[in-house]
Amino acid sequence: MNFVINILSLGIPFSVALLIASLGEMFNQRSGIFNLGCEGMMAMGAFLGMLVPYSIGQGANVPGIYNYLGLLLAIVVGALLGLFFGLVVVTFRAPQGIAGIGMQMFGVGTAGTLFRHFIGGTQSVPGISTAPIPGLANIPILGPLFFNHNPLVYVAFLLVPLAWYVLFKTPWGLRVRAVGTHPRAADSIGIQVNKVRLQALAVGGALAGLAGAYLSLCQAKMFSDEIIAGRGFIAVALVYFGQWHPVKIMGGALLFTLAQALQLAIQGLGIDFPYEFLVMLPYLLVIIVLAVSRKSKLMGPTALGKPFNREMRT
Amino acid sequence: MTKRFKTGYTIGIIILAIVVAMLLGAVILWAIGADVFKTYLVILTEPLKNKIGVTEVLLRMVPLMTIALGITVAYRSGIINIGAEGQMAIGILATTAVALGFPELPSFVLIPFAVLAGAVGGAAWGFIPGFLKAKLEVSELLSTVMLNYIAAQLYTFFLRGPMLDPAELTMGSGTPQSMRLTRNLDLTRFIKGTRIHTGLFIALALAVIIFFLLWKTSYGYKMRAAGASERAARYGGINVPKYLIIAMMISGAFAGIAGSIEIAGVHRRAIEGVTSGYGFSGIVVALFGGLHPAGIVPAAFFFGLLIYGADMTQRLVGVPANMVQVLQGIIILVIVSTKMILANPYLMQRVERRWYALFGKKESTKEVKA
Repeated sequence: MNFVINILSLGIPFSVALLIASLGEMFNQRSGIFNLGCEGMMAMGAFLGMLVPYSIGQGANVPGIYNYLGLLLAIVVGALLGLFFGLVVVTFRAPQGIAGIGMQMFGVGTAGTLFRHFIGGTQSVPGISTAPIPGLANIPILGPLFFNHNPLVYVAFLLVPLAWYVLFKTPWGLRVRAVGTHPRAADSIGIQVNKVRLQALAVGGALAGLAGAYLSLCQAKMFSDEIIAGRGFIAVALVYFGQWHPVKIMGGALLFTLAQALQLAIQGLGIDFPYEFLVMLPYLLVIIVLAVSRKSKLMGPTALGKPFNREMRT
Repeated sequence: MTKRFKTGYTIGIIILAIVVAMLLGAVILWAIGADVFKTYLVILTEPLKNKIGVTEVLLRMVPLMTIALGITVAYRSGIINIGAEGQMAIGILATTAVALGFPELPSFVLIPFAVLAGAVGGAAWGFIPGFLKAKLEVSELLSTVMLNYIAAQLYTFFLRGPMLDPAELTMGSGTPQSMRLTRNLDLTRFIKGTRIHTGLFIALALAVIIFFLLWKTSYGYKMRAAGASERAARYGGINVPKYLIIAMMISGAFAGIAGSIEIAGVHRRAIEGVTSGYGFSGIVVALFGGLHPAGIVPAAFFFGLLIYGADMTQRLVGVPANMVQVLQGIIILVIVSTKMILANPYLMQRVERRWYALFGKKESTKEVKA
């Protein structure tokens, strides 16, 4: 029992980067934009998040505030990258799939280039440490599972109801859903479709940046070229799996945690099994999940992937 | 709208696009404090200064071209293959397996056999996303990326386990690589003192084949129809899912062949890092080459230059080789944007009106003269 709890409480933080990134991607897709560049935005976030505390402390301990400055920088640059992507796919109406690949290469490449110049080799930062919630953390079973984590873990899970509220209960959320479902109708009642889509992209980019910074500041406490390891793409897939709904997306992210936890468990028990197949598991899971959840397309934003052209008659 | 204005407009936009791309790259270079002009100069001219440099560029051109041709087939058929990286890895595994299994076969049997095995391996890996897209509507963008990661793990698994060099096992340095494959698999290096091999001609032959396949056969016509407009193609009686799967398999096969050629011509054993991003660069080459073999050949040369030049920037101007990935990303974004800007007649009309309002007199006198 203790073993299972250990594995799960180690596993939950693994889902956080996925969860934050896919909530951002959910806003993008709800507004009708398929953002495959998420991976690149996460890479930039991961690098920038670490850059601030590293360059100030050179690996030594720095006051916690610099970690949060790093997070802030990652969020701001993520939002800017989202807007840049928006310039290409919303303003210029470029095909989103291929543009997303360009964005991914741009982000990952830029992060790698800057990393080699400003940081160099494998350097670690103290990062943000765990913050047990006083009182609650001592509850048996539930304590270590839910209340003994990094501050960002709590933030990520609080983002789920917040995202739900914003998407379904605020005027802006309604506009996002409207431009993603029927942009022409939205346009006819005076919603500026492209403006709303750009706003959604900025939100998505900011969250992708935050997710990346979580990886470098809280999870790995370092940066490497492979730090994102396809999480940006998995996040995009999770949005499909979660049927564009924050709560279901959280379920999907936790499912991936299980895959990760299983991997840890098998390695922890010392079972002789080629670890390559364990590393494969989450990626394989994505393909299976996508193949199984195809029916959910019926509920998806109908204008997903379609650029909106006001001047064109349909 | 005059024809002359139209050409001028197109050329102007393309020049503007190139300037924007170089400026975006310059921003990153400026951020790392590099000499922007010198960096571009090194990337674009340094490799061409001697025989070794030129052949090394040609060497990188081979896999780029092969992969880009495959990606073109898929793209023209309406499916974007970003899984070339994984298909290439599987192709390498298949080639290595054949070479390890039949080392005694003479070259003229073994080489075609091994390349074919690579093609089959890549095609099999391409079949999966093609099938998933055609039958289950799974986005090929996601499935191919996932298959890349899976293939990379399979690749290390085989190099660490079943295919590990027996010498590595006894000597025990533990580098995951196969043994030196049989010399019968070697592609001839036809210029002494360089690494350039006959795979270059195979790749050029493949470019001709793709041209004929896509533009001179009914198969190619149907694939392009499926890509141009799925609904119209279906209305025309074309079995779109079938052609999607075929296109994806061809695309995978080409990536597999690229892997086989790399092994037979350059590395001569399966080692880690053979694919080294060629799968993604291939996408840029295909787009840059206008999704046509005649454009892809020079585009592959250009990107071979870029990739080899970027290797040199580290030493000469202190710019990390990752810069080439940045440039590739920018080039994709700029190309897709430029295409849409050029395809926008409203914008062109607006620019034209503005142009004539500003320079109307000059233009009209020129018109009279002409």
